[in-house]
Amino acid sequence: MTEKIKAIELAKKQREISISEFFTKNRHLLGFDNPRKALLTTVKEAVDNSLDACEEMNVLPEVIVKIEQTSEERFRISVEDNGPGIVKQQIPNIFAKLLYGSKFHSLKQSRGQQGIGISASVMYSQLTTGKPTRIISKISPKKPANYYELHIDTKKNEPEIVIDKEMDWNKDHGTKIELELEGIYQKGKQGVEEYLKQTAIINPHLHLIYHSPENTKIEYPRAVDNLPVEPKEIKPHPYGVELGMLINMMKESKSRNISSFLSTDFSRVSPNLAKELCNKAGISDKTHPSKVSREEADKLLKVIRETKIISPPTNCLSPIGEELMLKGLKKEINADFYAAVTRPPSVYRGNPFLVEAAIAYGGDLPKEDLVRVLRFANRVPLLYQQSACASTRSIIQTSWNNYGLSQSKGALPSGPVLILVHVASVWVPFTSESKEAIAHYPEIIKEMKLALQECGRKVSSYIRKTVKAREQKEKISLFEKYIPELAAALSDLSDEKKSVIEEDLKKILKKGMKNLLAEIAETKEEK
Amino acid sequence: MPEEDSKNSLKKFGKKIVEQTKKGKNPEIKLPLRNLSNIIYDKKSRTLTLGNKEGTRNFFNVAHAKKFLQTIEVASLIKKELLNTGKHEHLRGVFYMTKRTIPGTNVNLVDEQVESDKAIEDLEVITGLSREQLHVSANKMGSMVGNIIIKDTGDTIDCSKLGRGGYSIPSITDELSFSKVNADYILYMEKAAIFERLNEDKFWKKNNCILVTSQGQTTRGIRRLLQRLYEEKKLPIYVMTDFDAWGFYIYSVIKYGSIALAHASEKLTIPGVKFLGITADDIEKYDLKKHLIKLNDQDIKRIKQVVDYDWFKDNKDWQRQLKMMKQMNAKAEIQALSSKGISFISEEYLPEKIKKKDFLD
Repeated sequence: MTEKIKAIELAKKQREISISEFFTKNRHLLGFDNPRKALLTTVKEAVDNSLDACEEMNVLPEVIVKIEQTSEERFRISVEDNGPGIVKQQIPNIFAKLLYGSKFHSLKQSRGQQGIGISASVMYSQLTTGKPTRIISKISPKKPANYYELHIDTKKNEPEIVIDKEMDWNKDHGTKIELELEGIYQKGKQGVEEYLKQTAIINPHLHLIYHSPENTKIEYPRAVDNLPVEPKEIKPHPYGVELGMLINMMKESKSRNISSFLSTDFSRVSPNLAKELCNKAGISDKTHPSKVSREEADKLLKVIRETKIISPPTNCLSPIGEELMLKGLKKEINADFYAAVTRPPSVYRGNPFLVEAAIAYGGDLPKEDLVRVLRFANRVPLLYQQSACASTRSIIQTSWNNYGLSQSKGALPSGPVLILVHVASVWVPFTSESKEAIAHYPEIIKEMKLALQECGRKVSSYIRKTVKAREQKEKISLFEKYIPELAAALSDLSDEKKSVIEEDLKKILKKGMKNLLAEIAETKEEK
Repeated sequence: MPEEDSKNSLKKFGKKIVEQTKKGKNPEIKLPLRNLSNIIYDKKSRTLTLGNKEGTRNFFNVAHAKKFLQTIEVASLIKKELLNTGKHEHLRGVFYMTKRTIPGTNVNLVDEQVESDKAIEDLEVITGLSREQLHVSANKMGSMVGNIIIKDTGDTIDCSKLGRGGYSIPSITDELSFSKVNADYILYMEKAAIFERLNEDKFWKKNNCILVTSQGQTTRGIRRLLQRLYEEKKLPIYVMTDFDAWGFYIYSVIKYGSIALAHASEKLTIPGVKFLGITADDIEKYDLKKHLIKLNDQDIKRIKQVVDYDWFKDNKDWQRQLKMMKQMNAKAEIQALSSKGISFISEEYLPEKIKKKDFLD
């Protein structure tokens, strides 16, 4: 009797957790842990979306970011692009509904992955200022622009349209988002400016204009006029699928039997292989996918893992390329030497990926500090959690001492060096949903180290040459210092005049400078 | 005045270099190489001499500049500070006279004494003057006792009345004179500890001999003294060292000369000395196996070097000794003889060996 009553009591407390509550409690997962990060995350999500949109439509991106301070802890952020625009009906869903997007179900190298980003910013804006988010989007010069002011219904996770109207916008196509939120504007390594600079480095085809809250305009010019090759979408590889995902895919599949489901919804599974997998798992290949039980699915997964299946195609990846990495670095970082390496594609857990690395040496880079590390995943800069990232670990595990840089055990090397690491993949494994650090898959670390070693070899030959040139200069100047000493001693020894001997020696040095330099080079080689 | 000759030699050397600078030539010093590649073992005279290989040291050459400057500076210091004043200085003192930082650099003219020592050796080779003639002396490291009376700069020293320490042999022995010598032979030993043992046992009195020691390598002063006693007083010399490659080499230096001082062999070597022990055969005969020390890596490396020296190569006896040492994989100190009783060495080992003329040549 009493137990029933308890259940009723409990039932009174049990209710659906609203999306806003969930968001508030888990904001750290999404990159909104503090006001500093919230501001950066919002800029980041908006810019990522703009770049993805432009590239999909084959437009050279031109993005304008503007941040204005409206009160002590409030900022108005607007991000405008020249992308394809968004059709009217989709605008509310894209911006004011969490977990809505086109990217979540596809396996394609893209900046955003979960479709949570921009709507989370809209939610954050609403929670901290109560103000609606404004969207202007235009899809064709022949049509007017659509203007929206949006809220999110936090209970239903549905868009709430405040204003919806057409308007003129002197742009052929594009989208602009403007929202106001509570934040703190930060300069330095984890600030908006650094993020934009790194974005400009890794996207040399981007023309970016930034109006900062301090009323300065910074322009990041475009370095190349061609867009990156558009990455192809691929189906998942059987090795990369987990039980829950497999069950979901079977439920949603349009195939009429399990064998055709396997061969059409996965890459590298032929009809024959599909039949073989079913036989091994003891499932009739005629079974409708939705009728496959959980136990059978589990068995099937086990069989998949035990069967040798060729690696997924890797043409779905779009590297930046050595040349463009160099161009990007050169326009934003003033150094004396640059080198870049693009590794061939590889695979971790059925997901194709590739690693690129670049190094800059000398110039304006600080001589005494630890090296500066720029980390990127699918062309997006990663500014937080550097120490938790696979790229950091790979740099630490590379013996930079061999390449002429000093490095203490278990630490980053030091010197006037900048190291860039980029991972491109259809699915970049992050350590958390806020996408700040790349997970430590051995396959990924191995590729990173190979790329870094190659960069190391390139930079070390440069360092050797410059060090050599400097040493030569020092040696010559040493002769100049030795001459008065020798002259004095010779004068004592021979009773000849010191000044005469000194002048003679100086003349010989001047005359023989070229030969001396050659001599130094020779003695060096012998060692 | 011998100092004048030395001064003139150094001045001549300086003038020669100044001539080169006047002609606009890169100043150079030519000197015979003083390494193994230029050491010739002359089988007839049984001494090590320098060959004809010459090295050239240029001032305007990064690898040579500092050494060049060292040589000239040491030469000028010797001329100015020692020869002009008639004073002598120790090798260590010359090092401190030379040691300074070259203005405007962080380079020290010399960092270690080896460098100034080498410069002095260079000057000996260049000018043909000995270190003594350059007024440079070395550490006194040796002692002598026995029935011998010496005159040293006006003092008369009776080496039979000097207690446990004996006569401390100076680093320059050219000017000593021997007033009275009453001995049948000289026993030279590597270890001062054995010297003290034998002196305490009055071995020299009982056996009518002279005992000489130095710590480790034999200094020039001792070598010159031994050579003079051998030549002027016709005293046979027996050498006693540890049973290891280093000990054998000490013997060979007294007998044939050394690589570093091959240019001065004439005044130092004593081809007639004999090796008394310890030999591999002694170890068998006197049952010293329990007191052997296992060879370490350096010992083995040294054996390999010594085996290949020309003055060991053709000597069957020495090749046999070194081969046996390698087979035993062990070395022995002279002190190992003490295991047979504290005075075993003075009462049995030495008298027996000398009586039987059980020597190696």
